Formats: sequence, structure tokens, C-alpha cells
Amino acid sequence: MTAISYAERIPNNVNLSEDRRLQRALEHWQPRFIDWWKEMGPVESLAHDVYLRTAVSVEPGGWAHFDYVRMPEYRWGIFLEPAEPGRLIHFGANKGQPAWQEVPGEYRGTLRRIIVTQGDTEPASVEQQRHLGRTCPSLYDLRNLFQVNVEEGRHLWAMVYLLHAHFGRDGREEAEALLVRRSGDRDNPRILGAFNEATPDWLSFYMFTFFTDRDGKFQLCALSESGFDPLARTCRFMLTEEAHHMFVGENGIRRTIQRTCEVMREHRTDDPEEVRRHGVIDLPTIQRYLNFHFSVTVDLFGADVSSNAATFYTAGLKGRYQEGRIGDDHALLGAEYPVLELVDGKLVTRMAPAVNALNERLRDDFIKDTDLGMARWNKVVRSHGIDFAFRTPHKAFNRKIGTFAQVKVDPSGRPLSDAEWAAREREFLPSDEDRAYVQSLMGRVVEPGKFAGWIAPPSKGIEGLPVEFEYVRFN
Amino acid sequence: MIDFRTDPARYRHWTLACDGPVATLSLAVDEKGGLAPGYELKMNSYDLGVDIELYDAIQRLRFEHPEVRTVVVTSGRDRVFSAGANIKMLAQSTHQHKVNFCKFTNETRLSIEDASQCSGQRYLCAVNGPAAGGGYELALAADWITMVDDGNTSVALPEVPLLAVLPGTGGLTRLVDKRRVRRDHADFLSTVEEGVKGRRAVDWKLVDEIAPSSGFRDAIARRARALAETSDRPADANGIVLTPLARSLTGDRIDYGTLAIEIDRAARTATLLVKGPEAPAPDAPAAIHAQGTAFWPLALARALDDAVLHLRFNEPAIGVWVLKSEGEPDSVAAYDALLRAHAGDWLVREIVLYWKRTLKRLDVTSRSIFALVEPGSCFGGFLFELVLAADQSFMLDGVLDGDNRPPAAVRLSGMNFGPLPMGNGLTRLQTRFLDDAAAIERAASARDRALDADEAGKLGLVTFTPDDIDWEDEVRIAIEARASYSPDALTGMEANLRMAGPETMETKIFGRLSAWQNWIFQRPNAAGEEGALKLYGTGKRADYKRERV
Repeated sequence: MTAISYAERIPNNVNLSEDRRLQRALEHWQPRFIDWWKEMGPVESLAHDVYLRTAVSVEPGGWAHFDYVRMPEYRWGIFLEPAEPGRLIHFGANKGQPAWQEVPGEYRGTLRRIIVTQGDTEPASVEQQRHLGRTCPSLYDLRNLFQVNVEEGRHLWAMVYLLHAHFGRDGREEAEALLVRRSGDRDNPRILGAFNEATPDWLSFYMFTFFTDRDGKFQLCALSESGFDPLARTCRFMLTEEAHHMFVGENGIRRTIQRTCEVMREHRTDDPEEVRRHGVIDLPTIQRYLNFHFSVTVDLFGADVSSNAATFYTAGLKGRYQEGRIGDDHALLGAEYPVLELVDGKLVTRMAPAVNALNERLRDDFIKDTDLGMARWNKVVRSHGIDFAFRTPHKAFNRKIGTFAQVKVDPSGRPLSDAEWAAREREFLPSDEDRAYVQSLMGRVVEPGKFAGWIAPPSKGIEGLPVEFEYVRFN
Repeated sequence: MIDFRTDPARYRHWTLACDGPVATLSLAVDEKGGLAPGYELKMNSYDLGVDIELYDAIQRLRFEHPEVRTVVVTSGRDRVFSAGANIKMLAQSTHQHKVNFCKFTNETRLSIEDASQCSGQRYLCAVNGPAAGGGYELALAADWITMVDDGNTSVALPEVPLLAVLPGTGGLTRLVDKRRVRRDHADFLSTVEEGVKGRRAVDWKLVDEIAPSSGFRDAIARRARALAETSDRPADANGIVLTPLARSLTGDRIDYGTLAIEIDRAARTATLLVKGPEAPAPDAPAAIHAQGTAFWPLALARALDDAVLHLRFNEPAIGVWVLKSEGEPDSVAAYDALLRAHAGDWLVREIVLYWKRTLKRLDVTSRSIFALVEPGSCFGGFLFELVLAADQSFMLDGVLDGDNRPPAAVRLSGMNFGPLPMGNGLTRLQTRFLDDAAAIERAASARDRALDADEAGKLGLVTFTPDDIDWEDEVRIAIEARASYSPDALTGMEANLRMAGPETMETKIFGRLSAWQNWIFQRPNAAGEEGALKLYGTGKRADYKRERV
């Protein structure tokens, strides 16, 4: 099952050639996908030779192959982690039963919705990022952008495979619709709000890949526990690719911080205005970007107390982060989990049924992961002897979904009146002026080994290659 | 105690905005504004409190806004139209509250359809986000449904897959009877949680049109204008203000001025005494407009409407209602004639339609209703419909010892032969004398004059006509016996007997509510500790008893 057939039009390890009906359906979808890529993929990129990794196996040791590829010719394929013989559903009311290899009729609608919602984010992010190539800070970064983009495309393939293989006519229609919705389109938007926002500059791109792709990681982790085995196996392999996207984000932010710190040391200043005069992004502005992207992303986890989350878990469709490593009954009978509640304008902790608080729990797992990133960046700041520390905002900050949508708090979680919020919003979130300043730094740098002035070079290149390697060849 | 009286200044959930011939009713439910503790009204879901406001708004649109020809019903929230009745509320409510709630909601939706059919006020539903369960059922009450085509918005009836109950406010019936949706399509819709969206919803007649987000406002405005053009409401009339309804509650007595109620808790009875007019009938519509809510037939309709709702919800154990009247029969006849003479006046039309709806409320009330016609009473014309609405009626033949008033008389008028039909589409007389044209003809030829007990008995207008010797015992025994029977058996029996004649969409909605929905709501698969309704939202899965019944 793990052998990947590249002789076929659609590389896969699911024996596609033995299922003629499915193969025909996917071969019908493939040209539409390519049309979508040409229309909505990275602008002016069709002829570039890009040094990309392509998935060629699902073996942990050597699953990727690196070489120059023209993106429309990228071998997007269908890869599932090998089946685990005799796998059982390991949580919820169906715990102990054999994992489903076909969709149970009872959960068909719910599973389809989960898969479509996940699938919709993949092309959405490609659309959001399509203009960034014009302002890349280096060839290295441009290549990373394209790598992220083609893999988001492959993740779309992964979800479309599930829709085609398991959901009949409705699945095919949903697969079509995934290519028809457009990020930010008023009439035909992407499903989730955060995926209709623009990614206007590279700092936003790094923030997106650090935070929003990390939401993706946690969602994929939860789905990789699914009792619907094809979904679990698909998501497990997607996670190996997702790791690179988060690396791009964490590293991009770290390099931006490093460059700013270098300039602050060089000019012995911590005045944001002066820092800006030297053409780098001041640390408070970076913190405001962090605040914005963090808050938009934590909304993606959904309502803090949720009937849907409870249903997904009990049915065995979506587990907790690292479900298998948690030492409890995996049914959450009578278990509780703390959630914050708004009482008389104050945030107080109360215990909610754990099975209803699964969104909150996943959000908390995400926040712990985020804190690790913050700590790594703060090490960079400290190593320059600068007295500044990035902070993860409070989870109630700037929320649009759940209990906190009704309350205004500062990034430390202190409740604010509407008037206080209006007066201080600029301290917390990027202003138009901040965004205009960041935008003003975005010039195109494409000479191999050169980097824009606002960002430090990476410590090493891709796959053992030097930083100055020509990662993208323009034709 | 649940109070049905409200006004727009007190609304927590609905906003009513009028702009010339088009009014917009926007639903933005206050999550924390539930009528009882224990649930939050998320996703624009509703409870009785939300529906009380809707009913009030619909009434005001009719009486206060003669200029409004189209009412747009929409959601004031982003990304959701309405998720329907709140499930946690249903799960924690008593059975009788659920049934009363569904019944009132049904009546409110029928009053929307009545406004369109009889009052020239068209309803347009702008489904601007997912509409599920009762949310879609509300839309189904409108003349036209426009749904946004945003890839996400759908109409759905998820009760069967999600809750093991049925759409309880006419959803299934309206699909196939009103909108002529094919039964296989309706079957599919009713068994998929996520519902149907976009083009397919139009093709299947689940909605009338779809419009993209960017064109949605224009599509609604266009359709609202088109619907307004089909209306016969006056453009230049002034509405009347529905002033707060005065009501005093003292002990077991409720007094509206035009209606007084005495509750006898030991006997489990309520006596509703309708008071005839104090002032003589005015002679022209202008005076009716000037009197507004003080105009006796309107004041009495409002009192009766509120009383029925109050007793239904707040006095469930008072199982027998005794209807009486007192007043000057000639004066009642003069008011009755005035309403008939000016039936074309918009306000008079509204008042008569209000009587029609209030009498229908009585028809579907799960209480035994007895009418007593005694000396000093004034059951004539539209008031005689109360006697016809009763399960049994008693008219005293002669007078009781020591009473020097003349014997009781009743009177028929044109009001009893058309303007006040029941839910089955027939008048109460037609339903009483089903397919007996001769009996109706005899009654018709006796109209517009006083009929004594003997004649009323012979015409079949009352059930019994005891004389002064038998009266007190007969009436007492009848009421005592009635109050002693199983309330459930009586409810079912009365509902069966009251609705003779043809089925209409309306009778089906109420009939199926009582026969099927009530039963399903009681079954362990829905309402048991392991039932779907009880477990909804907990993540636990209902364990159904698999035998079909």
C-alpha cells in the first residue's frame, strides 16, 4: 500500500487504478484543479522553476524528493499513512469497535461537513497568499512560500479524495464547490472567516503560517484520531507536511525579530519611531501583529461550550489532541473541564462537561504550543540584551466567537469598557498606519543570497543547500 | 406567570421597522433573554417569549399600520437566520408547556397567513443565514421565501435525525400542502440534518428564489415591492394604537372590564362572563377609528384573546370553562350590524378578522367549554359564535324564581353565516349541521330576531333547554361530571368532535400536532432519560427502542 505509483496521472498509494469509477472521477476533477491553480495560485509563477519537495512515499525516513519543478506540473497526489491492521475506535461511544473503513450512514452528513470545512481552508490560503511573490524578501523565502502553496494544494487533494471515494454524488458536488469558492469573495466566500481575510504582507504571511497553520495542525491531530480510518490516515500524513509550514512561520518571525534587535543594538535605541527610521519593524508592532493573528486564530477553534464538538467526539469522528496518550476513560463520562464565563462583566472559571468543552481544550493545547514559540523568540531578544518580551495574549482578547465575543479585554485579560477599548485599541492591534509601514518595507529581493533589510537571513538553507542557492529560477 | 401583553418598547428579540408600504421584522434573539432560567437562546433560537413578541408585532402591523403592505421577516444576526425552537428549553419544559408553546406558535404562524390572505398584508421571508427547524417553519408561513445563495445557507428540518421528534409547527404539512413540495423531496429534506441549499432548494420548491449575497438586499426590495402591489390595503389611512391592555388579577378573579373571569379551584372551573357594550353603537366608521381600542368589539376581542392564552398557560388544571354573557341584546345587535355594514372599512375588517382568529383559538383550546344562556345574557350575532364554539350549551327556558328579567334570548345574524369560519373553512353552523342544508336554511331564515329557548332548541342552536326546575341541577351535574373525567381523554375527544367536516392545512396542522407530535414528544425515544431530546448537546447518543408502533 505504501508504494507510490508515479506512472499514473494521479500519484497515489491507494490503488487508484483498481477502482476505475473513482479514478475516472478524480481524473475529471484534476483538470479543474489545474485551471483553479492557474487562475488563483501564485501570480506570475507558472513558468518558474522552483526547488520543491514532492511527496514520494509515506515512509518516515525518506518521504520527500527535492528538485526543480514548474508548479503547474507539481505531482499532487493522494497519500495515506499505511493502514494499521485491526485498528479500533479508541474513544467515544463506539470505542472498541473496529475503525470504519466506509462512512457509517448515520454520520455521513457530519463527516462530510468536517471534511469540507477542513478542505476549504487549503485552497483558501493559497488564494490569500497569491500576491506575496511580488514582494518576497529573498529567493529562499519565495521558495518557502511556493512550497507551502503546493502542499496546501496537495492537502486539498487529500480531502477531495475522501469526498470522491466515500460520499457519492454529494461528495463530488462538494469537491467541485471547493474549487468555486473564493477567499474574500462577497458572494462565494470561503467557509471560515479567517480564510477570507487578506494576507497583505510577509509579516502577515509568517504570522499566518505560525498561528493559522498551527490551528491546522491541531485540527489535523484531532482528526487523525478519527474512527473513520481513511480520514485518520490522510490527516496523519498531512501533518508531516504541515510541520514545514509552521517552521516557515516561526522562523520568519524569528528572523524578523533578530534583524530588528540587531538594528536596535547597532543604533542603541529602543524608540519604535527611531527603529522604524532604520527600515525594520519595531518590536511593539510585531507584538500587535501577534495579538491580531493569535486572536483571529483562536476563534477558529469554535465556541467554548459546543454541542457539535460533543457529538463529534462521542460519535468517534474527532478526538482530542494526542487522544491515545491521555490516561482517562476516553468517553469523558461525567468528566469536567474548566471554561471561562462572563459574570457581571468579569471572567470567572467554571466547570463545564468535558465533552462539551473539547473546542476549549484543543484551544488550550494550541495556546501551550504558541507559548513555546514566544519563548524561542524572547531568547533572541534577550540574546541582544534588549529589555522586551513578547507575550501570548489572553484567550478572551479580541474574540468574535464564543462567550468572549461579548466582552472587551486588553491582551492581559483585564476587562475594558467600550470607551477604554476605543481609546487603546491602537496599543493592542495593528493600526492602518502600522500596516502601511510594514507594507512600505515590502520590496522584491530576488538576487540569490540577498535578503530584504527588515529580515535576517536564515541560519541554513534548504535540504543542506547553501542560503545563496538559486531556489527559484525565473524563466 | 406568563404574560402575553407586550409592546415594541419592551421587545428583547425582535425589531419592527416601518418604511412606507414595507415593514421589516428582524430577529436578533437576546441569548440571555429566555423566559425561564436554564437555557441560552443561541443561534437565534426561540422560546415562547420570542414568539409572544412576534405575535404582538403581527397584531400591531395589522392595526397600527394600515399602510404596510409587505412585511419582510429576516434575521438581524450574521450567519444565521434561526435555529428554531431552543432544544434545551424543550428538554427542560413540562409536556403541557411544550404543547401550549407549539400551539401558540402555530396560531401565530397561521395569523401570518391570515394577514396575507384576508388583510392584504403580504409576508416575505428573507432567509439570510441557515434556517433550521422552527426557523424554516417560520419562513414557510410567508408568501415568498428568498434565500441567500452563499454556499452555507440552507433550509433544514433536522428534527427526525437530530432530536427524534417532528417539526411541530406545521413544517411537514406546509411543505406538501402549501408549497406542493413532492413527498419524496420532503422526505429527504426531513431526514438530513444539514438541509438543502442553493439551486436544489429552488428546484424542489423549498424556497421561491435564491440571490447572491451582493444582490440580496436588492432582491428583497424588489420582491417586497412586487408583493406590495398585490395588496388592497389603504395607502392614506391612519392606524389605531393598540394601547396597553388593562387587566386586574385579584385572587381568583381576572377583570378586563369587558370580560370578567372567576376561577373555582375546587371545582376546577373558570366562568368567563362577557359584558355587553355600555355605550350605544356609533353610527359611522369614523367613530370606530376615533374610539380605537375602546371600541367595544375590539376591546372584548383583545380581552378574550388574552384570557384564553392566560388560562391555557397559567391555569392548566382549570379544565372546564363556562361561558356566560350579560348585556343589552339590542345594543349588541347594533354593533353587530355596524360591523357588517362597514365590512369594507380596513379597521372593521381587521376587527372582524381578529374575532375570527380569537374564536379559532377557542376551538383549539384543550379545555371543556360549556355555554350558559340565561336571562340578562346577550349572545347574538358574533357573540353567538361563543355558544356555537362550546362543546355543549344550556339555555334556560323561562326564568328562575324571583328573577324579574325577561327570559333569555339569542339572536343570529349575517355574522353566523360566513365572516367567522373555523379552521376547517366552514362556519360553526355549517360544521354543526354538516351537509344538512335544510337545517342551515332554517337557521338563516330565523336571523335578526330574538329567539327564545324553545325556538333555539328546535333550530338546534343550543344543546339543552332546561326549565327553571331542572336548570341548576342539570348545569351543576354536567359541569361536575365533566370536571371529573380524564383531562387527556377529554382533550382528545373534544379535538375530534369539534373539527367535523373537511380537512384543511390548518386542521391538519393542529390535528397532527395533537395526534402525532404530542405522542412522539412523550415517547422514551425522544423524552426519556436516554432519549434524543434529553441528550441533545451532551454528546451522548440516544439509545432508541427499535420497535415500530
